[in-house]
Amino acid sequence: MADQNLVENDEPLLVAKSLSKSFGRIAACRDASFSLYPGEVLAIVGESGSGKSTLLQMLSGQLAASSGHVSYRMRDGITRDLATLGEAERRFLFRTDWGFVHQDPAQGLRMAVSAGANVGERLMAVGWNHYGRIRDTASDWLTRVEIDTARIDDTPRTYSGGMRQRLQIARNLVTEPRLVFMDEPTGGLDVSVQARLLDLLRSLVAELHLAVVIVTHDLAVARLLSHRVMVMKGGRVIETGLTDQVLDDPREPYTQLLVSSILPP
Amino acid sequence: MNAPAYNFAYLDEQTKRMIRRAILKAIAIPGYQVPFASREMPMPYGWGTGGVQVTAAILGPQDVLKVIDQGSDDTTNAISIRKFFAKTAGVATTTATDEATVIQTRHRIPETSLHANQVLVYQVPIPEPLRFLEPRETETRRMHALAEYGLMHVKLYEDIARFGHIATAYAYPVKVNARYVMDPSPTPKFDNPKMDNCPALQLFGAGREKRIYAIPPYTQVVSLDFEDHPFEPYRFNAPCALCAAENSYLDEIVTDDKGGRMFVCSDTDYCEGRQAAGHHGSLSAAPYKEKAQEASNG
Amino acid sequence: MTAMIDIADAQKTFTMHLQGGIELPVVSGVTFHVNPGECVVLSGPSGAGKSSILKMIFGNYRCDSGRIGIRHRGTLIDLATAEPRQVLNIRRATIGYVSQFLRAVPRVATIDVVAEPLIVNGMSRADAQARAGELLHRLNIPERLWQLPPATFSGGEQQRVNIARGFISDLPILLLDEPTASLDAANRAVVVELVAEKKRQGVAMVAIVHDDEIRHLIADRIVDVTSFAAAA
Repeated sequence: MADQNLVENDEPLLVAKSLSKSFGRIAACRDASFSLYPGEVLAIVGESGSGKSTLLQMLSGQLAASSGHVSYRMRDGITRDLATLGEAERRFLFRTDWGFVHQDPAQGLRMAVSAGANVGERLMAVGWNHYGRIRDTASDWLTRVEIDTARIDDTPRTYSGGMRQRLQIARNLVTEPRLVFMDEPTGGLDVSVQARLLDLLRSLVAELHLAVVIVTHDLAVARLLSHRVMVMKGGRVIETGLTDQVLDDPREPYTQLLVSSILPP
Repeated sequence: MNAPAYNFAYLDEQTKRMIRRAILKAIAIPGYQVPFASREMPMPYGWGTGGVQVTAAILGPQDVLKVIDQGSDDTTNAISIRKFFAKTAGVATTTATDEATVIQTRHRIPETSLHANQVLVYQVPIPEPLRFLEPRETETRRMHALAEYGLMHVKLYEDIARFGHIATAYAYPVKVNARYVMDPSPTPKFDNPKMDNCPALQLFGAGREKRIYAIPPYTQVVSLDFEDHPFEPYRFNAPCALCAAENSYLDEIVTDDKGGRMFVCSDTDYCEGRQAAGHHGSLSAAPYKEKAQEASNG
Repeated sequence: MTAMIDIADAQKTFTMHLQGGIELPVVSGVTFHVNPGECVVLSGPSGAGKSSILKMIFGNYRCDSGRIGIRHRGTLIDLATAEPRQVLNIRRATIGYVSQFLRAVPRVATIDVVAEPLIVNGMSRADAQARAGELLHRLNIPERLWQLPPATFSGGEQQRVNIARGFISDLPILLLDEPTASLDAANRAVVVELVAEKKRQGVAMVAIVHDDEIRHLIADRIVDVTSFAAAA
């Protein structure tokens, strides 16, 4: 249906077409398709083993699909099939226009290197060569993720879990990516720390007009952050739609079970 | 031949050919680490097994060999390697930089400018400049392949963040021929500028790590830095106590247990050459020896 | 006059898979329209499906059949079949929803909670906060509370914050789900005023109000939901 106000972003950023992945006889992910538009947050929910992490890895080009395609609209406006990108291009994409927030910050950070260098690395990787400017930008980002800039020269080893996760977010966002993948970003954090992180993510996503694919088993996270959800079970996408629609008016038996399993607040 | 039991220059010819092929490839791709089948040598790792294999592979009967360790011709390591080749190859040896055709070195580049008919062979302990930041060899190789060198600047960034300046004083990373980032072996960064556009061929051998790399003559070698923290070679701000040289790399030598110390050229050949040419420092050899005697007498 | 909301034969049934798949009909044959500047109040006993209809108009509940026509930027769009992205656009630019309960984000200051819909639509933070301040003031939320997150407020205060958030933007359609439920007389009067202002601006409204007095004050037309009650 024609809609004038969509003109600014009428082309999807990321398109998945019939993505499947089998490990031997096990189908980890079957026939997943969707389009993600700029500024849109898509949550993939489901329990462990539902195939959501496999899907995330295929979307982010870290795992080759058994069949199907992922295409991405590059900064030059040209949409490319990820499978046709050379390794150099894919890695470049990964440290400039994409971000990836791991559940375990140790996977996404250099634990032995200072917070400032952790944030600055992506800048240096794209050729920034002025220490002062790199440090100012890193310091600015620490402030944005609510880390005291007095801690800029400390390594993440000395940080709490919540701080590490916020540092990982700063490290990812410093190159102003358009698409960020998140794998259970609030997993393993205390509830109060989670709330703060979600809040921060929510405002950063809106402010930077980020497109996000977030994998979570926590429906509260999906409700707070995402516009749309995809519910996965046994490697299949069983239900998809607006987040509040799916959570308030779930249709599939499994989705109803998921929703009813949330403890009332 | 005074040691018929050995093949010329110790290594068998097949091994030399293998090493030469690695060297040729290394010269063809300046700064790129070429794997080679490093042999067991009659010395422990860390004593120059890589350098010795490279030297053995390129040495000819007409060559004149000089070996230095930390700039000095007369340390145990330098003397052993010199003797090793005198015995196994029967080549002439020298301590004079000018006269040598092959110079094997540990941790220094001679002060005397090298010329086009010379080969400088470096002993390298750890050839991978990215190693301490990225422990995975698969990943560092990929980073070299894709020229992803942001990580190298992370190290320099950390230096400045911690010490206010780039505190890396040796094994200071360089970019060779505007392509590969290379570890120049643990030479002081004072020597880095000498690598740039050098008329001599520079070969690097890492025995334990089984890598050979090279800088062909007249190749651009740039020390990495930041715009606002440019590369600066460092030397102690003093003249050599023996030859009064103002522009040579100095060793600090503790002379007693009361805090006494002196600075002398680390390049012994250079220092002796200057003294022979009439340059004298505050503690030139003769007076210094007298003073030392006075001190022990008194 | 072109209707802002034009619903034809909309039907909704819940299938409760966890209760052995029983079908729970909610409403069927829902048909009515709302013109600009008009406030339609849905009436009927509890459980008749008033809230469900409101949620269907907002796109929160899916519609099994029929049409939910929404005039969005001059074009009538069927919300029942619209893409999720389009529904989001319609919510951003066309339909506002004032629910009974505030789904507040922890840590965000009240003034920002209220100002957010304007900021999302491109107004500067300062201007949006100024307008949020005016509304909070009218709804008798003392200024000292504006910088605090509403999660710490009383039920009535939270509801007023929610009303302010719902009324702040200039959307052409507003859905009001018991906006005056736990308010005192003074604040109820403010809400009535706000509704009257919206009418003058040509906003089409659908409301659920239990209070007879308020209903009388704001309703232009009453749609009896009982007739839509789905026979099981």
